Amino acid sequence: MAKVFIYPATSLILSDLVARFGHKPLGAALGIRERIQTAGVDSPPLQITPEEPKRGLKYAAVEVPSGVRGRMAIYGPLIEEAEAAIIVNDADLAFGCMGCARTNELILFTLRQSGIPILELDYPGDEEEGVRFVAAVRKFLDGLPEEVEA
Amino acid sequence: MAEYTPGYAGTVTKYVFIESPSMTPGELALRAYEASEGVLIKETCFGLQVTGEADAVDRLIKVIRSIDPDHIFVKDRGFPPGDSRRCRANLGGARPGYLGHEREFRLLRYISRGLEELERGEGEEPEPVPPGHEKRPKLDIKRLQDLINLEEP
Repeated sequence: MAKVFIYPATSLILSDLVARFGHKPLGAALGIRERIQTAGVDSPPLQITPEEPKRGLKYAAVEVPSGVRGRMAIYGPLIEEAEAAIIVNDADLAFGCMGCARTNELILFTLRQSGIPILELDYPGDEEEGVRFVAAVRKFLDGLPEEVEA
Repeated sequence: MAEYTPGYAGTVTKYVFIESPSMTPGELALRAYEASEGVLIKETCFGLQVTGEADAVDRLIKVIRSIDPDHIFVKDRGFPPGDSRRCRANLGGARPGYLGHEREFRLLRYISRGLEELERGEGEEPEPVPPGHEKRPKLDIKRLQDLINLEEP
């Protein structure tokens, strides 16, 4: 079972397909869950504390806005953990504020620099594209190692 | 600063979406309750949220998926169900994240079709071409020059 980072990190379709074909999807929910289930200082709504932008320094320079560094504190460890990635280009649901937009750019850049196998595609617009979308994801995931040596 | 003590610590929450011509979220919930064995199930307009120990949730998801594998979709959720920071009962309007789900929900029928086709043509599928790559040709250099010339000085 390979760990596959999905982009958009909240994607239902990618998360389902990766899990369905026997691998572990790495998405935003895992990072958020970790924070929501950790006791500490109350910092609603996402339990992002002032510590996160400091942790984000590992993934973004100090002059990068704290909003981007805070978000990278969630996504950075997941990208480090990932053994492969699936990216949907131009996903309109990945729309957000400027902090989200810049973080998305940094996520894609980091993924492409990391050297892990990446599948890039677009969301299907009709049934024929849906068939090709699923087939492409399946083929990509089948090519990943089932068991990763420790 | 107030202290934060998490609820549902050590549990896993997953969304289950159903987009099926033969089953409603209500029927799915009934089937899920039969196999729940201690897993917390919350029925929603699009399917379910299930919360519990990771192993128990995975087992339940396996059972749920087998009911209508091509039309049931599952993803992780960071928050437990009914969390006041996310629940629309406290916030008003759509739950944060719902709009993304709504957007992808419209595409699920294409994915279902893809899964059905994959099952049908197992072993004889053509070389898949990821959608979108043949579209959007790069900007032609002449077109770029025209655009530059159009700029007013």
